Amino acid sequence: MTTTAPGASTVIGLCCRECARPYPPEALHVCEYCFGPLEVAYDYEAIAAATSREKISAGPTTIWRYADLLPADASDPVNLGAGFTPLVRAHRLAAELGLGELWVKNDTLNPTGSFKDRVVSVALTKARELGFKVGACASTGNLANSVGAHAAHAGMESIVFIPHDLEEAKVVTTAVYGGKLVAVEGNYDDVNRLCAELASEHPTWAFVNVNVRPYYSEGSKTLAFEVAEQLGWRVPDHVVVPIASGSQLTKVHKGFDELYKVGLLDEEPHVRVSGAQAAGCSPVATAFAEGTDHVRPQKPCTIAKSLAIGNPADGWYALDSVRSTGGAVGSVTDDEIVEGIRLLARTEGIFAETAGGVTIATLAKLAAEGVVRPDERVVAYVTGHGLKTIDAVSRQCGPTATIAPTMEAFNQAIEVQT
Amino acid sequence: MSNEGNDGNDGNGTVKVRIPTQLRSLTGGAGEVPAEGSTVGDVLASLEAAHPGFGARLFDEAGKLRRFVNVFVADEDVRFLNGLDTPVQAGQTLSIVPAVAGG
Repeated sequence: MTTTAPGASTVIGLCCRECARPYPPEALHVCEYCFGPLEVAYDYEAIAAATSREKISAGPTTIWRYADLLPADASDPVNLGAGFTPLVRAHRLAAELGLGELWVKNDTLNPTGSFKDRVVSVALTKARELGFKVGACASTGNLANSVGAHAAHAGMESIVFIPHDLEEAKVVTTAVYGGKLVAVEGNYDDVNRLCAELASEHPTWAFVNVNVRPYYSEGSKTLAFEVAEQLGWRVPDHVVVPIASGSQLTKVHKGFDELYKVGLLDEEPHVRVSGAQAAGCSPVATAFAEGTDHVRPQKPCTIAKSLAIGNPADGWYALDSVRSTGGAVGSVTDDEIVEGIRLLARTEGIFAETAGGVTIATLAKLAAEGVVRPDERVVAYVTGHGLKTIDAVSRQCGPTATIAPTMEAFNQAIEVQT
Repeated sequence: MSNEGNDGNDGNGTVKVRIPTQLRSLTGGAGEVPAEGSTVGDVLASLEAAHPGFGARLFDEAGKLRRFVNVFVADEDVRFLNGLDTPVQAGQTLSIVPAVAGG
């Protein structure tokens, strides 16, 4: 598994985020010395010379239009069409929340219905390049869907590990792709710990969010790239991003900065980055509220299962992104999450899963507190489709009336205006 | 998949320690080694005695576990238990997992 494939030529290698020790661009994710996470190191001058707004706009309508800024060979990607999802101007939601220019990044519209298709497309492209034939992951559900689908498309085997109590929809929409699906009797953190140990024993498996995580996580930068491009190469003043492991939030932050670094933005971006968590799993929000750097693990208990990571790998870095940009981390109850899902659906016609409910409810809370302001251009990231977690709203959402097939019954049951 | 308790009683106060890839250079390549002790702290100290180098890798200058090092006793994160003072019983398994990834 040490083939030096023709990867993206702008990648220098991997680098420890803590002690800056360099590593080769292989399937490695932990610094051998200080155990800090490894990150992809790029030659930004080479990227600046290679990329341009024109080249990007002439590219495919997928994440691969930003290939110059991704750590895998784009000539033959594992690609189901992830990315380039709509950025929707949310006038009606803005009015409800007392905000001004509000946009929703509707990432429910990815091939398997969540932003995970972005990271998996990058991870399995790199994995295939490195010679792997098996894709694996520890998942809260969305990643499971995506690894199953992308592995099937690439003709790779997949081995997916999930907590045993996931939503039925997420189990079925993973199993349908025909890979191995292992339900683990424990929560996500148990699954994750098991996979960390399995990754040591099975070096021929590409665990997308373990041994190839440095490449995988880079896929989330495209959430920032697209928003900037869709805003006419301008950045938002404030973004609200859900936090599970914290990786997505830190990569959105990094993405805006990279665009400037390679000359795709005219001005240095100052994007305030805020995070959203469920109250029932809020290790990062708790650390933010307590003003500490220490992210204490929690035992999750929330309907937002896709965000239910009690021991977030990038919690500390997410806190750092939020604090250094003047953002905040909010948390919301399960009832508020359900109300967030319904509010977004009712005002904008977008049906989000529970994680999207967390984002919208947190946006509402931060707007009410004056943290997110009406004079800001705001983008809320809604990253998973509502059909995945339909149980969350099935008690509140049903027929307005059930009637006999007669005019009389209709007129009696439904009051029609005009 | 290995499971706890299959081969528990190795002897007096002996626990199994699962070693991640990144630390196997210190154990001659072994993924699992025996160690002694009645607390997590004791067990890690006995590892250092048997395989010099562990201490410097696991602990920072102040003697605290490094931020990215996770230790589990019988699959429970010791941060939910009593940290380095968490008691360990003979036959239990202690896992060292550097930098929990995921997400």
